[in-house]
Amino acid sequence: MGLITSLIAITLRAGTSLVYATIGETFTERAGILNLGLEGIMLMGAVTSFATAYYTGNLALAIAVAVAVGGLMSLIHAFLSVTMKANQVVSGLSLTLFGTGFASFLGQRLGPASNGRYLIGLTGPRFTPIDAGALGQVPILGAILGQDLFTYGTYLLIPLAWFYMYKTKNGLWLRAIGENPRTADAMGVNVDRAKYGYTILGGMLTALGGAHLALAYTPGWSENITGGRGWIVIALVIFSMWNPARAITGALIFGGINAVQFRLQASGTNIPAGFLNMLPYLTTIIVLVAITWWETLSKRVGSPASLGTAYVREDK
Amino acid sequence: MIFAFEKRKTVSRTAIVVVPFVSFLASLFLTGILLAAFGANPLTTFGAMFKGAFGSGRALTETLVKAIPLMLTGLGVALAFKLKFWNIGAEGQLTLAGVAATWVALYWSPWLPSPLLLPAVVLVGCAAGALWAGVPALLKTGLKVDETLVTLMLNYVAILFSEFLYYGPWRDPKGFGFPGTQPFPKAAWFPRIAGRAHIGLYIAIAAALILWIVLNRTRWGFELKVIGNSPKAARYQGIAVERNIVLAVLLSGALCGLAGVGEVAGISRRLQQGLSLGYGYTAIIVAWMAQLNPLAIPFVAVLMGGLLVGGDQVQMVMGLPSSMGLLMQGMMLFPMLAGSLFTEYRIKRVGSQAVRESKIGAA
Repeated sequence: MGLITSLIAITLRAGTSLVYATIGETFTERAGILNLGLEGIMLMGAVTSFATAYYTGNLALAIAVAVAVGGLMSLIHAFLSVTMKANQVVSGLSLTLFGTGFASFLGQRLGPASNGRYLIGLTGPRFTPIDAGALGQVPILGAILGQDLFTYGTYLLIPLAWFYMYKTKNGLWLRAIGENPRTADAMGVNVDRAKYGYTILGGMLTALGGAHLALAYTPGWSENITGGRGWIVIALVIFSMWNPARAITGALIFGGINAVQFRLQASGTNIPAGFLNMLPYLTTIIVLVAITWWETLSKRVGSPASLGTAYVREDK
Repeated sequence: MIFAFEKRKTVSRTAIVVVPFVSFLASLFLTGILLAAFGANPLTTFGAMFKGAFGSGRALTETLVKAIPLMLTGLGVALAFKLKFWNIGAEGQLTLAGVAATWVALYWSPWLPSPLLLPAVVLVGCAAGALWAGVPALLKTGLKVDETLVTLMLNYVAILFSEFLYYGPWRDPKGFGFPGTQPFPKAAWFPRIAGRAHIGLYIAIAAALILWIVLNRTRWGFELKVIGNSPKAARYQGIAVERNIVLAVLLSGALCGLAGVGEVAGISRRLQQGLSLGYGYTAIIVAWMAQLNPLAIPFVAVLMGGLLVGGDQVQMVMGLPSSMGLLMQGMMLFPMLAGSLFTEYRIKRVGSQAVRESKIGAA
């Protein structure tokens, strides 16, 4: 396999978890809810899916468990921000703190007695890249085809999410809710129910991203398995201007950085690993500054107007 | 029966006191259910945690050891949060300050007169913390770049940088491969009060008092309050919004930095792995539980420090994971946030009769 093809292959693999979570959070934010709990949800998705796969050997069940856990966790956020009208920033932060603590607890408790009840350091069943046969030898196309089922899922998810948001009636309602919940309400949309629904959907997709890490990308469980991906995703949503089709760009950039890091480390570079590992975080800051600056210059506002604010229905 | 919400003009005084207590109890209850699900007796576990955290002189000083950085970072976070500047970078500000303090303690000591060493360690450490908070503050006020993400990303950068140093160029050649720098000279140590608890405790309590006075009894504090409520109104009143936000966030970073200085100069007396045990994140819980009130922060910090120490004890005594403490802390904010409905909104009962009438009227 050529260098370019192998770099593309690693990029797609590394970007997969980011695509799931970015599209999930795009839906949530389009409904006006800011969920900063992604890091916690991803960690919980990773630990629960790995534990399920380890004990049952059933990968489909592992994914189902992660999706359910992601849905339940984001339900907490939906309840606090929609029903209890709590501060969404702090609610999201709490979800991340809770998810980090709970995932760490489970990782130290759910394991087999032979491993001191730890899940860390165990190997379980995993998703492996599909063998595309002769097509797998074709440059570039081989990189796209030689992926696991999770990555194949993103090939479907991106166009579907875009179609839903821009070409269906529900998508139109969704965008209306984020822009102006009052108007959407007047048009007959059940605003609160939609906010719940899209927050839960967002959590489910984010947990899938976490499951990809534990079941395919870096198989197994370790406490810092996400390495801040849940936060990078928040920046990617801004970068993609809340458009699911553009989620791919951000994921490719960060997947690409991972690929380059991987290559450089494998080739034994002089650059200390610590500095290479800083790249995703520094890039996030640079990307964020660039997009904000561009938005100001071009006077474009990408964010849904009601993002992060509680919607209180008024009596007429 | 239908309920309607009306935003209160001022937050409810009773709710502000009751809600945190109820939240703590609710968190105990939720954790209790979880413990029972994992086959551990909740009451025995809580008993062991309490004893581990407050049951002996040694336990108490260890709780204070953890409470000191939580007080300082809690104060820093609360100050920024008051301005609705979501500084979640306390962890990085603490870490970078620890690095800067180490640099002074190890590399300035050969030429700096020793009585000046400790003040220099503290000042440079605080400056580093302020610098690390200043970057997102300037990006926010100058370019409107989201501060939540920038402060958080800088946590990773600071931690990776500190790791690079103590695994690489600053590693103690006599350390038998242990990841850490050589120990500080004695002139750079924080004096200790009891056990490992050091004078950072007095500094933190003094900082809490001073911050309360500044926020509630000075012109600047009043300006910050106006900005926090509504930047628009503040601008209308001629308050320099951007400059004040930057200044307050620099102070916030300096307070978090002070926590890092205390950790390296008071506890480990070197820069080594595990400089921060997530204090910068727990600080968010401390600040919010204390309702951003500087005078309440030291008390909440001791409680949270107790949970961390108690969690470690539970691991040793009962074989439960040490992350118990973290889990309990994580659960604490949920009931707290749910309670904000009662502090910030007034709930009115709207009789179904009235609704029906208004509907008829509309038709």
